[in-house]
Amino acid sequence: MAKISKRNIEEMLMEAIEKAETELPKDVVKALRKAKEVEKGLARIQLEAILENIKIASKQNIPMCQDTGIMTFYIEAGIEFKYLVDLKKIIKNAVKRATVEIPLRPNTANPFTGENSGDNTGMHIPYINWNIVNGSECTIHILPKGGGSENMSALWMLNPGEGLVELKKLIVEQITNAGGKPCPPTIAGIGIGGGADICMQLAKKALLRRVGERHKEKQVAKTERELIKLINKTGVGPMGMGGKTTVLDVHIEYAHRHPASFPVGMVLQCWAHRRKTIKIDNNGSIKLT
Amino acid sequence: MKKIYLETPLSTKDIKDLTVGDIVFLSGKIFTARDETHKKMLELKKKGKKIPFNPKELVLFHCGPVTRKEKNKWVIVSAGPTTSIRMESFESEFLSLFGVKMIIGKGGMGKETLKTLKKTGAVYAHFTGGAGALAAKSIKKVEDVYFLEELGIPEALWILKVENFGPLIVTMDAKGNSFYEKKKT
Repeated sequence: MAKISKRNIEEMLMEAIEKAETELPKDVVKALRKAKEVEKGLARIQLEAILENIKIASKQNIPMCQDTGIMTFYIEAGIEFKYLVDLKKIIKNAVKRATVEIPLRPNTANPFTGENSGDNTGMHIPYINWNIVNGSECTIHILPKGGGSENMSALWMLNPGEGLVELKKLIVEQITNAGGKPCPPTIAGIGIGGGADICMQLAKKALLRRVGERHKEKQVAKTERELIKLINKTGVGPMGMGGKTTVLDVHIEYAHRHPASFPVGMVLQCWAHRRKTIKIDNNGSIKLT
Repeated sequence: MKKIYLETPLSTKDIKDLTVGDIVFLSGKIFTARDETHKKMLELKKKGKKIPFNPKELVLFHCGPVTRKEKNKWVIVSAGPTTSIRMESFESEFLSLFGVKMIIGKGGMGKETLKTLKKTGAVYAHFTGGAGALAAKSIKKVEDVYFLEELGIPEALWILKVENFGPLIVTMDAKGNSFYEKKKT
């Protein structure tokens, strides 16, 4: 087994970012192919272009979308993992190198001056969401997130009495109004409960699930299925060109809520649902999935 | 569905013949401009300063590409369209002042742009969002780049030579039709 080192982890992260940017996960490609089969006319042309694009990107090893996203990482960090304290720096270095070597588009601008840092790093970016777990294994999920879909995110603070009914109405409304802007067919991440910040975080984290993977709890899975149906009935379709496929999937995560609140957050992800996962342990085993 | 092959500079007749729903493949020269670039060009024009190329003969592409420098030459790596509606507040003035005949972007534009397209004789065409690698395949050469130092790679104005760039779907034509308006009624 390879000896684990900071350098090693940085290399693997680089490779993972490159894979994420140039190759779509199989579950997403499968869902897009299926969508093409049920669509016709302009909607089908969009899906054909998307599938052709995916092929070119993976064959030529180039980013499938020019918006290579804001670098977002979700880490389940084993408390005994040797490089825990170094990880933040390693990730930052990997992002800087990836920007030059893949290359990525420099996507980090200062909100006040507009100045682009040029290397995809800056205040709180790359964004890292830490979850400390038992053991010595470290799992890093990479989710480069594009701006077009992110701009269609929403947060609702609902009345608890109407929460579950109201959220379906609002989600369908938001996705209908967004039209082609978030690059549909999208994947909708929904976070419910906790608080304003917690539900938004859960909404984005929900995107880490595979397309087609239902929530473990029956009633949550049922709501996911209902939402998929309702959203796909809107007729927005691929790229807003009209059609049956507006979302490829809906993933819900929840937290318990305050009796007075019913927060609901939604984060949309474009069809270019780029994600990659690395698992590392102290023995030097590094796995990319 | 009609497939149409066009070349820049586009003629008044080329534009007049286009209708919402037509599929276009474009060859010739296009230039990229996003939010900041629109602002910058309008500022320059209003100050009476010279624009370093003739926008009238080119097609406007709402795009911030991924680029790479190879042997001192810029190469476009990935270059799909960006969300056009962000440029709505600039576009009418932009079309009127620069006489651009075609805009390529994604998601469509608003009422003001639709009105101006009719007035100035121009169209808006949709390119599949996110299809950056497919777009880059038809970009044959970077002819020039402006405002790079000042605005950075995504916002810089890139002049590109393209061949059979598409599929572009005409979604707003010069006759006042908009695919996006129709959908709402």
